[in-house]
Amino acid sequence: MAHTETTQTTRRDFLYIATGAVGAVGVAGMIWPFVAQLQPDASVLALSTTEVDLSPIQEGQIITTQWRGKPIFIFNRAPKDIEAARAVQLSQLPDPQLDQDRVKKGHDNWLVVVGICTHLGCVPLGHQGNYDGWFCPCHGSQYDSSGRVRVGPAPLNLAVPPYAFNSDTKITIG
Amino acid sequence: MKKTILLGAAALALLFGAPAFAAEGHDDLPHRESWSFAGPFGTYDTAQLQRGFKVFREVCASCHSANYLYFRNLAQEGGPHFTEAQAKAVASEYQITDGPNDQGEMFQRPGRLSDHWPAPFPNDPAARVANGGALPPDLSVIAKARASHVGFPGFITDAFTQYQEGGVDYIHALLNGYVEAPEGVTVQAGLNYNKYFPGHQIAMPKPLSDGQVEYTDGTPATLDQYSRDVAAFLMWAAEPYLDTRKRIGFQVFVFLIVLSGLLYFTKKKVWKNVAH
Amino acid sequence: MEGHSTYQPKNKVARWFESRLPLVGLVHSSAIAYPVPKNLNYFWTFGAILTLMLVVQIVSGVVLAMHYTAYAPVSFARVEHIMRDVDFGWMIRYIHANGASMFFIAVYIHIFRGLYYGSYKAPREVLWILGVIIYILMMATAFMGYVLPWGQMSYWGATVITNLFSAIPYIGETIVQWLWGGYSVGDPTLNRFFALHYLLPFMIAGVVILHIWALHHVGQNNPDGIDVKSIAKDTVPFTPYATIKDTFAMVVFLLFFSWFIFYAPNYMGHPDNYIPANPLSTPAHIVPEWYFLPFYAILRSIPDKLGGVICMFGAIVVLLFLPWLDTSKVRSARYRPLYRQFFWIFGIVAVGLGYLGSQPAEGGYVIASRILTAYYFVHFIIILPVLGFIERPKPLPASIADAVLAKGGATVVAGASAPQTKG
Repeated sequence: MAHTETTQTTRRDFLYIATGAVGAVGVAGMIWPFVAQLQPDASVLALSTTEVDLSPIQEGQIITTQWRGKPIFIFNRAPKDIEAARAVQLSQLPDPQLDQDRVKKGHDNWLVVVGICTHLGCVPLGHQGNYDGWFCPCHGSQYDSSGRVRVGPAPLNLAVPPYAFNSDTKITIG
Repeated sequence: MKKTILLGAAALALLFGAPAFAAEGHDDLPHRESWSFAGPFGTYDTAQLQRGFKVFREVCASCHSANYLYFRNLAQEGGPHFTEAQAKAVASEYQITDGPNDQGEMFQRPGRLSDHWPAPFPNDPAARVANGGALPPDLSVIAKARASHVGFPGFITDAFTQYQEGGVDYIHALLNGYVEAPEGVTVQAGLNYNKYFPGHQIAMPKPLSDGQVEYTDGTPATLDQYSRDVAAFLMWAAEPYLDTRKRIGFQVFVFLIVLSGLLYFTKKKVWKNVAH
Repeated sequence: MEGHSTYQPKNKVARWFESRLPLVGLVHSSAIAYPVPKNLNYFWTFGAILTLMLVVQIVSGVVLAMHYTAYAPVSFARVEHIMRDVDFGWMIRYIHANGASMFFIAVYIHIFRGLYYGSYKAPREVLWILGVIIYILMMATAFMGYVLPWGQMSYWGATVITNLFSAIPYIGETIVQWLWGGYSVGDPTLNRFFALHYLLPFMIAGVVILHIWALHHVGQNNPDGIDVKSIAKDTVPFTPYATIKDTFAMVVFLLFFSWFIFYAPNYMGHPDNYIPANPLSTPAHIVPEWYFLPFYAILRSIPDKLGGVICMFGAIVVLLFLPWLDTSKVRSARYRPLYRQFFWIFGIVAVGLGYLGSQPAEGGYVIASRILTAYYFVHFIIILPVLGFIERPKPLPASIADAVLAKGGATVVAGASAPQTKG
């Protein structure tokens, strides 16, 4: 008698557990589409590359363009800007990085950075501050002519987006 | 009570049936064709969509817009599924107006994947003027925006047979429906007689004829084949996720049947010792 | 069911919390210990199904609102954007669009169950009236939701329905302009409909809470329509008995729902709504969504504009008075041989009106609509009050437990006379 009871209990428990488990899988499966819809949609993804023509940018000029809705600074640096950037000792930088690593080889005058302050996301102002680079009006961070942070609360250098030169005067960002 | 139900059923049948029969023979209803994407396991035929795209591009698109169709869609899975390079090549053959540039001027540039299919006319009034006063409708969702009238028993059985191809059947029929106007019918100036168009007088002249579009894959270059292919293409344009939808639907069905089975036995077990 | 919960948490922290806010006790008393009559059939699972549908509609709707824009020149394109670009956007939109129809299918079954088993009679009048209010809110919500894709049916449906108010003498025209926010249905109308379409479901949820509160206060009706005499003999606890049965029914309903989402997503819709709204051209044949068709038929059957509008709203308002129009003391149609027949006739009339609402308003259809409309009101205003006096009900069982035992002994007979399957 007792033996039979035990088997019955086990079988019933198994049924309950199986039903519960399958139900849980179903709930998880149902949640997924409602989470997946939050990610960037196909029309946003289709715009994820931007082509920029560099020919109209004069030496010493900074232009702002857009990539994925973010400002991108393109700086046609004069030789003195490059020299200044390369003369700095890495030990003086909060986020040490060589200027050579922030530009494409053979196109050393072109600096392409995401124009968003690494502190809290404001857009820094060009040709301002003490380092011939950018000055962020929100909390006073300053960047040099290589877009590297020199002073202020920002922890990192301005980010370099993925880009490539299609020709000497054309780049594709993204 | 059985009698009441029977009586009621008879009354309902009269109510529904009589007018349905009376309406028959009024119009030529589009024939229900067989489509690769019909039914629970239906999927688009990639080769057919590619042919349909060719017909659409060379014939339809010269008057009709398709504003919700993007060049990037052409490379989409479950669609014509061209390679990305092919889709880019198609896009670059079109000039897209962009701008304004730094000088404040609009300019032309080759199309990109992110551009939508360029409309043949800059705006609706321009389209009307060029088409004798009639506006060629946008074709992006036309396959879902058209259907033929379904009478009483049909609209119920369609729910069980999953008939969702009313639009493509209509498009196919319409393209094949240009015939001589029957005697006694005067076709108005600028209009054409079509067997399947509501009212039978359509502004669009017969758009397709045998041999008009070149097929390279050995498919017969006939009006019937063109209209079939282009209708399938327009169905895809209107419902680009049909393949995915039916695939997920099958998974959902298998899952829900298993779960309902388990729940049924659980419910029986729980209620076993209760008279109810 | 009511009063203070007898629930006593074992855990110390839980006891501390419970003595300050008896939340767990509330859930325990209404979803676990709440006594459910033993003899409920599967028609009683539609309350749970409707709750599920409300949640499905709110969740899918909130998600759609994240991608939609209520601005006349772009709304149609935004819906297509959801269908084409958003991950699973097509699925969520088809869930929401077909979900509305499923919601109404479930609510009609729920209402007709109430009519058959007399669930509106004392002491459940307030419960019933709250239900009618939910139904009215649902219709308003569904109507405004149908406007949002800004297709041809959206636009012209909105035009026709808002014009109903122009039938009001003297101030009608002003009211309609005020509803539109302009001189025709347009962008301001779309915007306010979107705002209200987002708001009303939460009002529905609020009334649903009152509806469930009222239900749990008076207790459920049952297929035999008799009161619970002994909690121990006549009822079972909500959990696990009703919980598992409701869950099973919900999953079966989801199967039915999925058929439309995945295999016939546009079956319930109208093709004209895939044509962008055009204020200069009315579709050949305007029809509302299927769930409004009986009322639409009533509207069109009356040759007078104001009369038609009054009859259409009257057809819903009459439901509010049903508890007092039905004079019979016996609840369930099981024990009311005459009422049972009139119930089925009424059901056929309602379906018939629905069919007529989908047909063009001409010739024989108009005459048929008038006959059925007249019968609709006769049913409530004449037949139901009179029946209570002339009908001789069958003897009622002494208790639910007795009814269950009797049925167990004579399954075949019960199965033949009762139209519902037994749970």
